[in-house]
Amino acid sequence: MSRVRVLVGTRKGAFVLTADAKRERWEVSGPHFAGWEIYHLKGSPVDPDRLYASQSSGWFGQMIQRSDDGGKTWESVGNEFVYDGVAGTHQWYDGTQHPWEFARVWHLEPSLTDPDTVYAGVEDAALFRTVDGGRTWQELSGLRRHTSGPSWQPGAGGLCLHTIVLDASQPERIFTAISAAGAFRTDDAGGTWQPINRGLQSQTIPDPDAEVGHCVHHVAMHPSRPGVLFMQKHWDVMRSDDAGNAWHEVSGNLPSDFGFAIDIHAHEPDTIYVVPIKSDSEHFPPDGKLRVYRSRTGGNEWEALTEGLPQSDCYVNVLRDAMAVDSLDSCGVYFGTTGGQVYASTNGGDTWAPIVRDLPAVLSVEVQTLP
Amino acid sequence: MIRVVLPAHLRTLAHLDGEAQLQVEGPVTQRSVLDALEARYPMLRGTVRDHVTQRRRPFVRFFACEEDLSHEPPDVPLPDQVATGAEPFMVVGAIAGG
Repeated sequence: MSRVRVLVGTRKGAFVLTADAKRERWEVSGPHFAGWEIYHLKGSPVDPDRLYASQSSGWFGQMIQRSDDGGKTWESVGNEFVYDGVAGTHQWYDGTQHPWEFARVWHLEPSLTDPDTVYAGVEDAALFRTVDGGRTWQELSGLRRHTSGPSWQPGAGGLCLHTIVLDASQPERIFTAISAAGAFRTDDAGGTWQPINRGLQSQTIPDPDAEVGHCVHHVAMHPSRPGVLFMQKHWDVMRSDDAGNAWHEVSGNLPSDFGFAIDIHAHEPDTIYVVPIKSDSEHFPPDGKLRVYRSRTGGNEWEALTEGLPQSDCYVNVLRDAMAVDSLDSCGVYFGTTGGQVYASTNGGDTWAPIVRDLPAVLSVEVQTLP
Repeated sequence: MIRVVLPAHLRTLAHLDGEAQLQVEGPVTQRSVLDALEARYPMLRGTVRDHVTQRRRPFVRFFACEEDLSHEPPDVPLPDQVATGAEPFMVVGAIAGG
């Protein structure tokens, strides 16, 4: 019988939640790395028991942890993230130039074909890769060296590369997103990159349709339909049908088009999920109602999913990496909140129930569907 | 034998119960003690001092013999009590942040 393993990164440790395919009874393991910020953990698609975790602390810096037994035991692997060559500078909050400084790993994206290869998105924004199971990391510096690099500036959370999307149909194609520079694509395995922000409109920058400078919050792509991308931007939910060459808005009837998380149903590539947040200065749901919105039409037409979610006095946030889906026949949808709840739906979002209610603030949620 | 007291999170990382006890060849300095610590416990590399610059991380402090040695140059000899093992060299997480 299939099983589901939910990997939860929080402000104070990692948790592993497991259940059988019914997804009714959950076993909670953790906290792993108690007291440390776990920005993200994710398993290899080709070896599900191989997990990688980004562990960091303001005191002691960055660690990378690796598990070869599905999260039961962990081993510290390489934590040396050194920018390639002269790091150079990017724009600082006050408009001056500021040296590129490594702060932490926001996102780990294991290769689709090799359990020893993992991509890491870091702050200050850059893309690193390991090909030896995390022992050593090398920067794919073509991205940071893009001619627009010195103009990139941090968002409120820092200058972070937080989204990495791999394309199984074109192994040399990678999408990344950076706050607040925008989305970028390589078609040569990371050698050269191009900004893919045409069609984005951001009133928070001097030139609303600039080539770079957009605060892209997250990007999702269904593996069966490469090239169709969905984006939650700082404001606006966007869609591209040509691998990011052009975007159009699909916010439609959402109560707010601000938000962080966006994801796609495992079996229906036109069914997408977002969690509207009131505004950039009010990081909580509109009207105190925690609602996931689902579009079955690839955007524009949205329905509120509320059953089982708090519909009054709820003021949590759902961060960009804190939503995921399983691939069981009845698709499970999961998300975590800054209030420490992890909610699950076993029916594509129709109804919800909490798996856990009182974790530290949830930073990331990933799901593995196990045989 | 040099005694090093680590904060709890670094002891956990190093799978260390209690003090680290290190053999240090030559002058006993911050640098030589940390070199020996990282050689014995490689998972601690980058947690106390920066990989590249080898500078102390900002929220890490070094205490010994009731003195704050954090701003001492790394090659200055540590107190004799540390070199003889009478007193530990203490790596401390600063009181800051969550």
